[in-house]
Order: sequence, then structure tokens, then C-alpha cells
Amino acid sequence: MRNFQYLVAAWFAVWVVFFLYQISLSRRFSRLLEEVKRLKERLQ
Amino acid sequence: MHDAQRIFYFHMPSWVATFLAFFVSFFGNIAYLFTRKPRYDWLGVAGAEVGLVCCTIGLITGPLWGKPAWGIWWTWDARLTTTFVLWLLYLAYLLLRSMVEETDKRARISAVFGIFAFLDVPLVYVSNRFWRTQHPTPVFFGGPNAGIDPTMGKVLLLCFVAMVAVMTVLLLDRYHLERLRGEVSLLTSEIASRDLEPRHRIAREHV
Repeated sequence: MRNFQYLVAAWFAVWVVFFLYQISLSRRFSRLLEEVKRLKERLQ
Repeated sequence: MHDAQRIFYFHMPSWVATFLAFFVSFFGNIAYLFTRKPRYDWLGVAGAEVGLVCCTIGLITGPLWGKPAWGIWWTWDARLTTTFVLWLLYLAYLLLRSMVEETDKRARISAVFGIFAFLDVPLVYVSNRFWRTQHPTPVFFGGPNAGIDPTMGKVLLLCFVAMVAVMTVLLLDRYHLERLRGEVSLLTSEIASRDLEPRHRIAREHV
């Protein structure tokens, strides 16, 4: 089990980066969906 | 290296995913300049952003492998430097987009910059073939001594598929996000023109 900490750090880093990006995408999606809904209501 | 060797299974697939995403962006940028269709601009930004995410993973996992293998986290050799420049170029691409308000102008400028940024991708690929680097020599297409054990090859192939699949899902998500942004700007301009119309009518009547 030598240098196992580097492997764990790499595994953790991959998950953290993807997870943070997915959260960022979801937040932007929900903001834009709300904006589209609001604009469509204003148009009607 | 012991267990740290397995970082290779994260590191190399992340670069394959990076290059694929940047190639998608490059294709989108070229197609936009020829056709001026917004969907290619959306593809360009989606590829650039997701490529940057995969590139970040490569840049984090690389030093984590380098420390136990070389005894140092980072060195400014040709491969690592060109890779860092690639990361900076695509970061600049996204910053550039956020600075330009006008949709057409933003798409045009970023398409040109995106094509310029992609020129670094082949440079990264050939850097450890043309120059002596601290980075290991290529595992694939690297000459007679290149290649890996077939057992490792199967695991690596699985990791390639997984990483490229994640990259594809994120890329599609990002593309839809940009399409939604396009819809917002379309609706906004529609509302603006509708609000302006009565004022124009009144002005015409006065004239």
C-alpha cells in the first residue's frame, strides 16, 4: 500500500471536479429555465 | 511507484477526453465561421468548457503521479508547459466570451480565438516526441518500445470509455444550456421590439 494516498487524492480530485461542474451546470440550468418561464409569461 | 501507478488510469483517459472535447469545440468554431448558425457557436463553447474541466483533471492528477514518480510535483518541460498553456488558452476563451455582450460579435470573436487556441493541441501531442522531457515517452504510437501489458490495456480501455462517456454527457448538457441561453436572448429581443412598437406607432402618427 505504498503511495496509496496519491491514488486516493487523484480519485477524490476527479470526483470533486466533475461534481462541482455538474452542480454549476444544474444551477445555471434552473436559473435560465426560470428566466424563460418569466419571459414567456411577459410575452403572453 | 507502487499504488500511485494506478493514477495513470485517471490521468490518460482525462487527456483523451480533453482532446476530444477541444476537437468538438474546434469543429464548432470552424463551422460557425462558415455557416453563422448559432448551434455551432453553442457546440464551440460546450466543447471548450467541458474540455477545460477534463484538462483540469489531467493537470491535477499529473502532479499527483509526478511526486511519487519523479520526486517533484511539477517541472517546466515542453509537455507540461504546453499543457498548462492549453489550459490558460481555453480559460481565456471562456473569459473572452463573458466580456462581449453582443451575440454575433461574441460568437465571431470567440470562434477565431478558439481556432487559435486549438493550435496548441497538436503541439501538446508532439511535445514529448520532438523534445526530451521529464514526462514519460508516449505509451501509444511511440515507437518500438511503446505499449502496455494486455491486462492493463483492458482496464485502460474501460477507463477511456467511462471518461469519454462522462465527457459526452457533460458536453450535451452544456450544449442544451447554451441553447437555452439563446432562447432567453431571443425572447428578450422579442419583448424589447414589442415594447418599442407602440412608441414607434405614436411617433409615426405625430409625424
